[in-house]
Amino acid sequence: MTNDQYSIEFKNVTKKFGETVVLKNVNFGIRKDKITTVLGFSGAGKTTLMKHILGLTMPTTGDVVVLGTIINQIGELELREFRRNFGMVFQYAALFDFLTSFENVAFPLREFTKMNEAEIKEKVMGLLKSVGIAPEAALRLPSELSGGMRKRVGLARGLALDPHIMLYDEPTSGLDPITTHMVYDLMRDTHYNNVDHGFTSVIISHDIHATLKYSDYIIFMENGLVVEHLDVESFKKSENPVIRRFLEL
Amino acid sequence: MKQMVERRIEILGANVLSLLTGLGDFTNFTMRTIFWTFKPPYRWKLLFDQLYFIGNKSIFIIFLTSSFTGAVFAFQIYVGMKVINADSFIGPIVTIALAKELAPVLSGLVVAGRCGAAMAAQIGSMKVTEQIDALEVMGINSYQYLAVPRIVGATLSLPLLSAVFLMIGYGGAWLIGTKVIQIDEAIFASKISDFMDLGMVAEGLIKATVFGYLIGIIGTYHGFGVEGGAEGVGKGTNMAVVWGMITVLVVDFFLTSFLTKIL
Repeated sequence: MTNDQYSIEFKNVTKKFGETVVLKNVNFGIRKDKITTVLGFSGAGKTTLMKHILGLTMPTTGDVVVLGTIINQIGELELREFRRNFGMVFQYAALFDFLTSFENVAFPLREFTKMNEAEIKEKVMGLLKSVGIAPEAALRLPSELSGGMRKRVGLARGLALDPHIMLYDEPTSGLDPITTHMVYDLMRDTHYNNVDHGFTSVIISHDIHATLKYSDYIIFMENGLVVEHLDVESFKKSENPVIRRFLEL
Repeated sequence: MKQMVERRIEILGANVLSLLTGLGDFTNFTMRTIFWTFKPPYRWKLLFDQLYFIGNKSIFIIFLTSSFTGAVFAFQIYVGMKVINADSFIGPIVTIALAKELAPVLSGLVVAGRCGAAMAAQIGSMKVTEQIDALEVMGINSYQYLAVPRIVGATLSLPLLSAVFLMIGYGGAWLIGTKVIQIDEAIFASKISDFMDLGMVAEGLIKATVFGYLIGIIGTYHGFGVEGGAEGVGKGTNMAVVWGMITVLVVDFFLTSFLTKIL
């Protein structure tokens, strides 16, 4: 497989915090146009891995290549520009609590585009509609929304700048099973609606059942190591005892 | 015995190391905020929001504090001065004390309590709910977006609040001096112009500006330093208020020594 088939590549990445090694010589590539889930127990290094993708944490050794750019070799200002290639949905949505749903989604548009108010309104209402948020909820503050609604507004905000890579950090934690599947459906629909322009989705999760249902590829991590990186069908057949344990949960 | 000495040295070393680390973090934070203050984009709306919050919204509490401070101080000076038959000096004594010390220091303490706490709590709660991470992921510098407007807002607001404190405090002293103690209004005012100069007012305003900057940087630093959940936010808020107030009082001493020589 050639490099241009990957959106994200980790090349011999090791990360140490003091004496603690959090990522141990990690090598993998995340394919463009696919939904890849990074799976593992708590403390496996999943969140550190995501922070490396975003350039929020730099590797101790090795390189992180995103969309052809070695992000650990570019300057801070350039990195900030580069991050506009990402959309992100946080574990608890991380909506700005002083802004309404509408203003949260409009926030990146106001910061990074020259769109006028009418254009912003049209785009924001379109995004909110696409994630199933009713127009009347657009004027509510995050504290007035349910957990599922907050995640959906977070997804709309993440999509506002038409990112190339969408990252989801434990997107369904704290949600009931029905809302969990609604959010996963939405993530899958979002992915396939945008896949024409090289869209990549990366999900950090420990929800094995949803992962098997919605992902194309799975990266399984344990103690800072990538134990397996397989397509879903191969993953289900893996003989690795840790993965078997995870699958039997 | 040897073990006890070693243990004490270990504790001392750990404390010194922690102090130096904290100092390094604070210096790093300060340098970053200075850098991002002068780097575009300039966030005027956020600055005006902070000017409104720190300046305008503090007026009422400044009004209350200053009017009673001026009145009580005038009355206390009268009690002392009456003994040596110098009660006509109430005006200049109160006004000089207000201009040089009371207005900047008490305004500083009020703002440290009210706004330093709010800065730490707002930024701290944004940190624990990943809102600061969300800003960073969007490519927005959180220091520039959250810290700079608050620091600049406090730096610009405090001298104005201090000037308001001086005027209202003077009003309180004037009321007590002329209406309660019955000093002649003309004497009250003329003594002030005999003893006061612009340097004294400038000293107070310079102090207030420095206090504003320090309260802003301490409040935001403790906000960004919040770890954990609600407990962490509470701890950060508490630290912002305590350190803000201590800093105002300690820095006042050194500023007074320095400014008295040059003004």
